[in-house]
Amino acid sequence: MTTTTTNRVSIRGVCKTFASASGEVIALKDINLGIEPGEFVCLLGPSGCGKSTLLNAIAGFSSPTSGMITVGDKPFKGPGPDRGMVFQEYALFPWMTVAQNIAFGLEIKGDSKTAIRERVDVLLETLHLKDFRDRFPKDLSGGMRQRVAIARVIALDSPILLMDEPFGALDALTRRTLQDELLRIWTELKKTIVFVTHSIEESIYLADRIVVMTYRPGTVKCDKRVTLPRPRDPSSADFNALKRELGQLVMEEQQRHVTDEMKLATAD
Amino acid sequence: MKNIYAFLEGALLPLALLLLWELCARMGWMSAVVLPAPSAVAAKWLESVMPMASFSSQNAPFFPWMLSGELVQDSISSMHRVVVGFAVGASLALPLGLLMGASAKIYRLCNPLVQILRPIPPIAYIPMAILWFGLGNPPSIFLIAIGAFFPVIMNTIAGVRHVDGIYLRAARNLGASQFTIFRRVILPAATPYIAAGMRIGMGTAFIVVIVSELIAVNNGLGFRILEARDFLWSDKIIAGMITIGLLGLGIDVAMNAVNNHLLRWHRGLEQ
Repeated sequence: MTTTTTNRVSIRGVCKTFASASGEVIALKDINLGIEPGEFVCLLGPSGCGKSTLLNAIAGFSSPTSGMITVGDKPFKGPGPDRGMVFQEYALFPWMTVAQNIAFGLEIKGDSKTAIRERVDVLLETLHLKDFRDRFPKDLSGGMRQRVAIARVIALDSPILLMDEPFGALDALTRRTLQDELLRIWTELKKTIVFVTHSIEESIYLADRIVVMTYRPGTVKCDKRVTLPRPRDPSSADFNALKRELGQLVMEEQQRHVTDEMKLATAD
Repeated sequence: MKNIYAFLEGALLPLALLLLWELCARMGWMSAVVLPAPSAVAAKWLESVMPMASFSSQNAPFFPWMLSGELVQDSISSMHRVVVGFAVGASLALPLGLLMGASAKIYRLCNPLVQILRPIPPIAYIPMAILWFGLGNPPSIFLIAIGAFFPVIMNTIAGVRHVDGIYLRAARNLGASQFTIFRRVILPAATPYIAAGMRIGMGTAFIVVIVSELIAVNNGLGFRILEARDFLWSDKIIAGMITIGLLGLGIDVAMNAVNNHLLRWHRGLEQ
């Protein structure tokens, strides 16, 4: 499934507009990006820059107003298990136990009971969830819930993982642990990961490549390759130089975001 | 120890009231018709619960004999109507509610009718129910079914419509079909609402059964209370009322236990 040439994500001339109370909002404007198989890409920018809109378009939850997104040169219709999504709100099914949540996609795929059981066991092991197998999500911490959500999508062996600020609601220490886990899984399974975040440090810690987006309309402001050796040390000089450079770019857009909000507030 | 204390605290006021009530009756401040003593009510209750004849080999076997007390027989008749009426009402309301919640088209089609019929209290159907179904159990069951129908359908519609969109997105992302989403996501997500509707519907069924027995049947707790009224047997009336209260409590506790098991995954669980 994860052969190297077939799963290139190609985004060509993508625009997305929304109708809103104050007229039409251009969320995305002429986005062109190619994401290679196995690449770890972070979409970075302030709130309202369209990074989640772009991710949702890749996931197939909404289709672009114009332009085209293909995976392995094939267009797709709607969401599908080849592009597994991890949400910031976890989106675990609260009426299912941890094991049932992980098994859900496999059952839909129609795997045999024993195959599902084996696969779930392996994933529980991989994500250190063995002791939580029969718990319900309400009894888990945020970090544990996100582990389950990750297990649920990698269960389907999708070549592409889409992550929408997955660690945004976690405390700093849990966040770091999960970042390390994600890097370990990524190295092991060689998935393509498109990861949305507004944390500059998180993007440098994780990504091969950081795409900084502009505030409304969302365009690609800078497409930066990160070549720091892994594991990366957030206290190193190189790390911080990059952080400063990207910080400037992101803050320019944040400033525009703030000015825009002020304008809206005074207009009311 | 803390539990005992809490229990005593809760029992204080009812006990004081009972004492005052007994005192009023014993001192003859009020006639036994207007307010029979609690001890008299308790005695009457016990008498009506116990089998009428003593056990012998003629009225064996044991189990039916044990249930032959008047209040027990009436409770069984009433419960039978409640269960059948509720089952009819809920089993019509549930599928219709699911359809109306899931499909905007069916909702637009059915909602005006539901909204017109909903405010009509089941009691208002009594004359028509007798004309349509005659006397005996059928009109009573019809009224109970109407009483249970609306709480269940309203809550089911609300439950289906309030399913958090993120669960639907997650399910679609994992490859679920429309049917799978309905069965494995929408249905369980709506269960808390549906369970609440069932509980309210059961409460309504209980009110309606008593009212319906005042009209067209010759057994059941409602009938027994009306009968006792004709003879001014106030102790028997109150004994019947207390039985209704106890049965209602029993049903609610049982439904709550089922709900707690079904909704053990739910955050806001009542303990």
